[in-house]
Formats: sequence, structure tokens, C-alpha cells
Amino acid sequence: MSVFAKLTLTEIRLTLREPVYAFFTLLFPVLLVTILGNVPDMKEAPPELGGLRVIDLYAGLALGLAIGIVGLQGLPSVLATYRERGILRRLATTPAPPAALLAAQLVMNLLTMLLSMVLVYTVAIVAFDVPFPANPALFLLAVLLNCAGAFSLGLLLSALAPTGKTANAIGTFLFFPMMFFAGLWVPRELMPEILARIGDFTPLAAGQDLMTDALMGQSPGVLSITVLVGYLVVCGAAAVKLFRWE
Amino acid sequence: MTVIEVEKLAKRYGETVAVRDVSFNVEPGEIFGILGPNGAGKTTTVECVAGLRTPDAGRITVLGMPAADPRLRTRIGVQLQESELQDKITVREALELYSSFYPDPADWRELAADLGLTAKLKSRFGKLSGGQKQRLSIALALIGNPEIAILDELTTGLDPQARRDTWDLISGIRDRGVTLILVTHFMEEAERLCDRIVVIDHGAVAALDTPAGLIQRAGDQQKIRFRPSVPIEDELLTVLPEVRAVHRQGNRIEVTGSGDLLHAVVSVLARNGITAAELTLEQSTLDDAFVHLTGRE
Repeated sequence: MSVFAKLTLTEIRLTLREPVYAFFTLLFPVLLVTILGNVPDMKEAPPELGGLRVIDLYAGLALGLAIGIVGLQGLPSVLATYRERGILRRLATTPAPPAALLAAQLVMNLLTMLLSMVLVYTVAIVAFDVPFPANPALFLLAVLLNCAGAFSLGLLLSALAPTGKTANAIGTFLFFPMMFFAGLWVPRELMPEILARIGDFTPLAAGQDLMTDALMGQSPGVLSITVLVGYLVVCGAAAVKLFRWE
Repeated sequence: MTVIEVEKLAKRYGETVAVRDVSFNVEPGEIFGILGPNGAGKTTTVECVAGLRTPDAGRITVLGMPAADPRLRTRIGVQLQESELQDKITVREALELYSSFYPDPADWRELAADLGLTAKLKSRFGKLSGGQKQRLSIALALIGNPEIAILDELTTGLDPQARRDTWDLISGIRDRGVTLILVTHFMEEAERLCDRIVVIDHGAVAALDTPAGLIQRAGDQQKIRFRPSVPIEDELLTVLPEVRAVHRQGNRIEVTGSGDLLHAVVSVLARNGITAAELTLEQSTLDDAFVHLTGRE
């Protein structure tokens, strides 16, 4: 087995020992959909939503919430802690490159999000009649791009934050406005125009739009894709350039 | 063949000069000590040797290659200060994972047994004691079957018993044919373990010698204290060439000098029918040599 595969398996195994992580990434989104799905108002379909019901949007938002938690809070604090505690430095003394551990963390989180996606949509589709995505391939791409946007922002945070604690604090500070723009409190479609347009340029909102497009079988928003790929390229490159290994 | 050659190493961090001028060679199979006060540049020196930092000036050759050569990572084991592991990783998982990094790893079960970790294989890193963490660190430094092992401050923070156990372990590692670089600020540790020691102070080499050689340089100081069975005159002792000075503390006499001081003093007392009670002999230690060389405690 390659060193990278070994590291990834180890990271998965270690994450399984973190009940808080498992709760917020896997259980919490499902719980949210289940609770909201039982609120009668959620079954309504205001005309602004173009045929979708509120709950159809909230299935995506529940997954987006998990992606935001992982990307902005989990990932940066874990990576900054790995640096702070000399885990990366120890790795640098071995033939295994420390970057492989970072990549292993990213892959582990991505796999967790895909599992979360399956859980959330299984419950949403089976229990609450949320439609199966009209364009499944685009939907998968939307979820991956949503992760890419949030994770690369988190990676940049871990590159800049001096400690795991600071990384977590900054991440939390960014998390709430970004979830707001993604529509967690008021769906984007119902937001005042100006807020919705600002939201277009935040990663979790762009990801949410793209997931909605795929759900309804619309052609994907070029702006959403551009924004997410932009975060991936700009934040990713900055993180690679600025990352301090110790 | 010399395994490590360090020539005129210099390294600064911004305005701070960590290492100014350090040169030394390490021979195969020896335990080579790097000694110095805190902040002297010891850790920076070994980090450059381990290829973790790029020197500003100077040349480091390890096993015939430049220190930065990535191929060296499989041939050098390094235990650094303040390098931890994930809290939830078990000892066994860490050993297995790290052994998978190397082309020809040691048997991790044997290594765990040698380091007294067998009973702890299922324990998580976060639950280990300081000594156990340290031993796991040493195991990870040795897991790739390295030709050279660099151990930085390996007994700092250990209790005296754990420190002595670690020393036994180090001797055992040398017996496997591994060349060892030991960074320490414990004199007793350096004196007991090292074949040769380089003393680094203010980023430069203050001395390079065997422990005995360093002590010799500090001035061969011996001190004898005793209570004579009958009162004696100072002259009886001061005429001896080995004696430098005689002091009295109540009915006790303190003689300082060099060479075969003990024999000279006891002989002259015996010739005069005097016995020496409560006799103690103090010789200079590496501690004295260190203070002499660095001018610090």
C-alpha cells in the first residue's frame, strides 16, 4: 500500500475516534433535515423557488452546513494543530512528505462529505419526498465543487493561522456569515437582491446554487462554477505558497 | 570513513544569528555529543545536519551526500524536541505507519519490546506518560534501520529513573552499529554516554574533545578533604609538588592540587604516622569543564 493510502487510512481511523466530528458531519445534517421535514411550513412551495419546496432547498443546506463546518472549522484547526504539535515536522524527518498528510486530511474529509451526502439525501428523498437530482452527475460535481471552495478556504486559513485555536476562531467567525449567504436562515431565493448578489461570490452560496441547479435539472450557473473554481485556484495556490511547516 | 562532516556552518533567523561558525566530523559507530547552554545553536546545528534547514553558509556532508539529499531520509533517524503525534493514534498504529515509510524497516514488534513498549501497543499517544512518549519517539527514529540516529534533548523532562533507563537504551543502540548524535545540556548524560563532545556556545565551537579531554582542559582540579588524627602543620603538605593550596575548616583540612594528589598526601601522612579520617576526593567534572569553557553555569 502506498504511503499516501496508509496515511489516509490512518486519518480515517483517527477521525472515527472523534465523536464530535462524526456528529457534526454525519448525524447533524440528517437530524436537521428530519426536524425541518416535520415542520409543515417547509413543505410549502413559494413561487420564488421556481417549483421547489423549502425542504428541497434545506436538504442541500444541511449538507452545505456540514461542508462549512469541516472546511472552515475542522480542517484548519486540525492542520494548524498538526503543525503546532510538530507532527508535520516529525514527518519531514522521514521519507514521507508532510504534504502527504495534508492531502490525506483533505481526502478523508471529502470522503466524509460524500458519505454525508448519501445519508442526507437518502433520508430526504425517502422520508420527505425531496426529488432525486434531475442531473445526478452535475449534482455530484456540485457537491465536490462546494467542498473544493470551502476546503481551499480552510487550507488557506490553516496556512495563515499561527495556532489551531486561532484557526478555529477565524473559521467560526467566517462560518456564520457564509452560512447566512448560503441561505441557512433565509433561502437565497427569498433574500433581498443586494444580499443575494453579495452571496453569489461566497463559496457555500455558490455551492448551494449549483446543487439547486442540478436538483432541478437546470443548466449550471456559470458564475457559481467560476466562483468555486476561483476559490479553489486562488486560495489553494496561496495556501500552497504560504503554508508554514513549523 | 567519516559519516558526517560539518564545515563552517552558519545559520541566522532574520536578525538572530543561531549558528556562526560550527565545524566537526563524526566517525562511524561513535556517540557524538553536542553540548551547550540553551540557545547556543545546538538544535539549529542538528536540524541542518538532518536536512530540515538550509544553512546560510558552510557545507554539510552526510554519508557522502549533501545533507539536503532526500535519499538520506531513509538512512537517518531523527528524534526532535516537541514533535508529537496525533493524540488518538495508538502506539502500534504509529509504529506500523512509520515503518511503512521505509524500504527496509526494523521489525516494529522487536523495537517495541526493546523499548519496553509492548504493554502499551494499544494505548493512544495522548494517554502515554512523558517517558513512554519519549521512548516511542526513539522507536520511530530507529524504525527505518538508520545508519545515523540524531536524538535531540532526549531525556529532558524525564524523571531520574526514566533518564537512566534511556541511557542504557542508548548504549544498546550503539551496539547495533548505529552512529549516534546526542544533543543535550545534561553534563552527566554527556559524560556517561559520549565518545566525543563538541561544546557549542554563542553559535560557535568552544571545544571538541573526549569527555576526559574536556575535563583535562578545564584544568585538572582535585580536592581532598580529611580530618587528621593529630594536628599538622600546613608545610608538611605545601612542600609536595602536587599540592597547590591548603585550607582549614575547623579541624578539617582541604587540599587542592593536581596529578597524583591523593597518593602524595596519603603517603606523607603515613610516613608521619598520621591517619586521615572522613577522607573525600573531588575531581573536576564535565560540569566544571563546561563552566570553564562557556563561562556560564
